[in-house]
Amino acid sequence: MILTRLATPVSGFTNMATALFYILGTITVIATLLAITRRNPVHSVIYLVNSFFALALLFYLLGAPLVAAWEVIIYAGAIMVLFLFIIMMLELAPTPEADRMGPTWWQWLPVLLLAVALVTCTLLLIGLDTSVAQGVPHWYATPRDFGYALFGKYALAVEVVSFQLLFAAVGAFYVGKPEARANKREEEGA
Amino acid sequence: MIVPLEHVLFLSTILFILGLGCVLARRNLIMILIGVEIMLNAVGLTLVGASAFWQQVDGQIMVIFLMAMTSAEVSISLAMVVYLNRRKGTVDVRAFDEMRG
Repeated sequence: MILTRLATPVSGFTNMATALFYILGTITVIATLLAITRRNPVHSVIYLVNSFFALALLFYLLGAPLVAAWEVIIYAGAIMVLFLFIIMMLELAPTPEADRMGPTWWQWLPVLLLAVALVTCTLLLIGLDTSVAQGVPHWYATPRDFGYALFGKYALAVEVVSFQLLFAAVGAFYVGKPEARANKREEEGA
Repeated sequence: MIVPLEHVLFLSTILFILGLGCVLARRNLIMILIGVEIMLNAVGLTLVGASAFWQQVDGQIMVIFLMAMTSAEVSISLAMVVYLNRRKGTVDVRAFDEMRG
């Protein structure tokens, strides 16, 4: 579906959006670098939440507001919380004596700086939108365009994906079920 | 398009390489899964960038399918992590280098 919203772009908006793109790209790379180098998986997940939040703002800048919302809700919300849940359930995070008092200021500082930068970028983005005519940038894919394409052209794919999610749920339930494995081991032993 | 497509591709390449490095270098199963997440997000950025470049929504719809696929993958692989941890008491990949047919 071709997007027909092709109003003349406001040049100030475009310049600001371009600058924000590079700033957010830098934040994403820094947060990801910090995430993959941490020894403690909990810290790693927290940096990754920052990274995904910056990526969501990038998606918004590239004209995908719905994808940006889902990036925050699904990735930064659901999937990262699932990671945290598993890490804490299995007690995978190393907690030496020095860490018992909680994180020190030099552990707080990078994530605090990243969060402040992200909030600043979000506020700038909100400030930008009101300056544009009709409140939307010209390349923006509206939820209406999105929904028509998703449930019209790609309706079959939606069904396939729903099956996939069902199978994943069944598979996760089977793998995580303690009794089934115990029985199997007994059968193998017998 | 606020930036050239090449810059979007460059950024997503950097992210993909970081994720790949994480998968290859880390020994912790959780960190390997995090690396996979980073790589999938890099692919999502590519798709959204392409969607903005050609002014079509198809790329964004692919990202939604990517997210659904990631949710499925994460749920199964975290269940596997729980299972493997129950079996060997560790999440170090070096503990799982043998097969028993």
